[in-house]
Amino acid sequence: MFKSLAVPEFLAKIDPVKCIRCKRCIQNCGWSVYSWGGDKVLIDTFKCVKCLRCYHYCPEEAITIEDNPVIYRNNANWGYNHIRNIKRQAETGGIPLTGMGSDLPYPILFDHLLIDACQVTNPSIDPLREPMELRTYLGKKPARLEFDKGPDGKLRLKTKMPPQIKLEMPFIFAPMSYGSISLNAQKTIAMAAKELGIVMNTGEGGLHEEIYPYRSNVIVQVASGRFGVNPDYLNAGVAVEIKIGQGAKPGIGGHLPGEKIPLDIAKTRMIPVGTDALSPAPQHDIYSIEDLRQLIYALKEATNYTKPVSVKIAAVHNVAAIASGIVRAGADIVYIDGFRGGTGAAPVIIRDHLGIPIEHAIAAVDDRLRQEGIRNEASIIAAGGIRSSADAAKAIALGADAVALGTSALITMGCTVCGKCYTGNCSWGITTQRPELTVRLDPEVYAERLINLIHAWSHELKEILGALGVNAIESLRGSRERLRGVGLDSQTLDILGVKPAGR
Amino acid sequence: MLTIDAKGIYYRDLNNKVREAVAKGEKEIFLKNINGQYYIGDGLRGDVKITIEGVPGNDLAAFMDGPTIIIKNNAQDNIANTMNSGKVIVHGDAGDVLGYGMRGGKLHIRGNVGYRVGIHMKGYKKQNPIIIAGGKAGDFFGEYMAGGVLILLGLDGDNKRPLVGDYLGTGMHGGVIFIRGDVDKKGCGAEVGITDLNEEDKKFLKEHLEDYCKDFNLKTEDIMKSGFKKLTPASLRPYGNLYAY
Repeated sequence: MFKSLAVPEFLAKIDPVKCIRCKRCIQNCGWSVYSWGGDKVLIDTFKCVKCLRCYHYCPEEAITIEDNPVIYRNNANWGYNHIRNIKRQAETGGIPLTGMGSDLPYPILFDHLLIDACQVTNPSIDPLREPMELRTYLGKKPARLEFDKGPDGKLRLKTKMPPQIKLEMPFIFAPMSYGSISLNAQKTIAMAAKELGIVMNTGEGGLHEEIYPYRSNVIVQVASGRFGVNPDYLNAGVAVEIKIGQGAKPGIGGHLPGEKIPLDIAKTRMIPVGTDALSPAPQHDIYSIEDLRQLIYALKEATNYTKPVSVKIAAVHNVAAIASGIVRAGADIVYIDGFRGGTGAAPVIIRDHLGIPIEHAIAAVDDRLRQEGIRNEASIIAAGGIRSSADAAKAIALGADAVALGTSALITMGCTVCGKCYTGNCSWGITTQRPELTVRLDPEVYAERLINLIHAWSHELKEILGALGVNAIESLRGSRERLRGVGLDSQTLDILGVKPAGR
Repeated sequence: MLTIDAKGIYYRDLNNKVREAVAKGEKEIFLKNINGQYYIGDGLRGDVKITIEGVPGNDLAAFMDGPTIIIKNNAQDNIANTMNSGKVIVHGDAGDVLGYGMRGGKLHIRGNVGYRVGIHMKGYKKQNPIIIAGGKAGDFFGEYMAGGVLILLGLDGDNKRPLVGDYLGTGMHGGVIFIRGDVDKKGCGAEVGITDLNEEDKKFLKEHLEDYCKDFNLKTEDIMKSGFKKLTPASLRPYGNLYAY
């Protein structure tokens, strides 16, 4: 075995004077960067991913993690990642994997959109003193409402409302399966969802018995591997989601390797211990919109039409036409995941080069559904790179009903977006199943942080609404007139349906 | 026994009637004049027996958990999609994508089956889904198979089409396929190993065929006379070396 010629990305360093040999860094590093050399800590910097667990847990602040200055000769064309991946592929013949959303500098349109505010001619509202409505209902809305008079002479709703998911704020947690994240991480999200009055999503990993108590805040997912799906599961949550694709890896399936499937995960997925959990790229019973309709209604039949059915797709070139088909196929919710969306594991080449950004996708889908007069038939969830309440507000103004948060929720648990989720060594206990690592993540403690984040974002959203002079998130939804573009070409502005700043 | 005349009834109303009857404790239901209604027995639970006269539509017994459904004629696509337990007996032929993600129960088909049968079937603890087809099968038989049992008998077919199509067991990483007749390795997925049956396999096969033969008035000995081939995955981790970490 020769030493890899792919140079390390980071240099882990310990100040020998400050170091008190407490060995906490050795205990804390999930990647085994540190080991004990008898009188000092030894460092294998090739293994370092800069997750900063050791840095935070060193009591003496003796550790620094630097970007390796000895990278390849500066070259605007042959970047570090290109050379390094070629070397890794030459050594292994494999497909380089990665975690999290793409880190390449593609334009982020959220950063080129600005939100309007009231000045002089229309009053802004102070959300601290006036009621501000963030409540959001996801599901099919009737095209018209009919009323009749009840026995008491009062008007009552005659139209039967299709099933809805009630959210206290326009956020949901993105699907992350038990297997891709630890049970403690899933529990953290479930506890936060319940407390906040929003929902989390099982991902395609089944529903663990410890998540069952949170079932009225859970969307259960059905994907190509059908893991953990039985009638109990389908009826457990508030909605059922058919997963067709994921923004980080559109068009490709999932693959949880057998060595990451211990007893508890096997039980939740209802598969034997140690076999690969393969989610085929397509659902082999869905080759058309008609086939999708068949599965949507199979799920509605299995849940006796009491749950909304969501269909999750990756944002791809023809997303508007596809979304229109999904709505016509009977979906109550269309979940669109932009290409910057996160993942527990995806080939780098797929993550960084397939799909389209969420901003274009929301605008295109919302436009298309409005043009066809079917926008009321389904709610739109936007996901894939929502980093702040401003991103959320812009996504909603472009036409989304709610946004889904994955990476930002994990960051509240300690994640530093190091992108090594696929290794299963997460030192923060999030994307790992190693018991000595997962035990670090106390759901009680971290649920509170996640709740704090969503409360803070909700306050910010209310402030934005107040500045806009409206008192409900409903008034911002699809209101692109309240957005302006900066530094965008006319075609992009046209796609977004947004005027340039100054107009 | 409850008889429902399904003539001209929309599937949703029909399935509602069935669900209501099962909820009331009906143990035997006879559906006559069925003509392509979808989702019969979808998500249904309990120990009810449903007999169908006519050709039912797609997604019969999807997510089903317990009931027995007997179809006296042909059936269509997607039978036993993600079925959890129970039994479906088809006296005629059946279509494509049967038993997708099926986790338990039995699907007995007297005649031929279409493409992509038994995709991603999986076993779990005591649950071991079984599909037995009496005739021939199309391409992608047992694709992505992760558990359970697929048995193909090729009983009374002509020689116009092969016993089983191409891409047999592609991506297979669990479960077992028994084929009555010869299997060409060239037509199989790379992940499949082909062996002859040992005594234990024969005993296992006989046990399941006896149940099958009882459903269709056949003789197990006649079927067992010809040789079977057994297909199993060469590895539980077919794609273990695909990635660079």
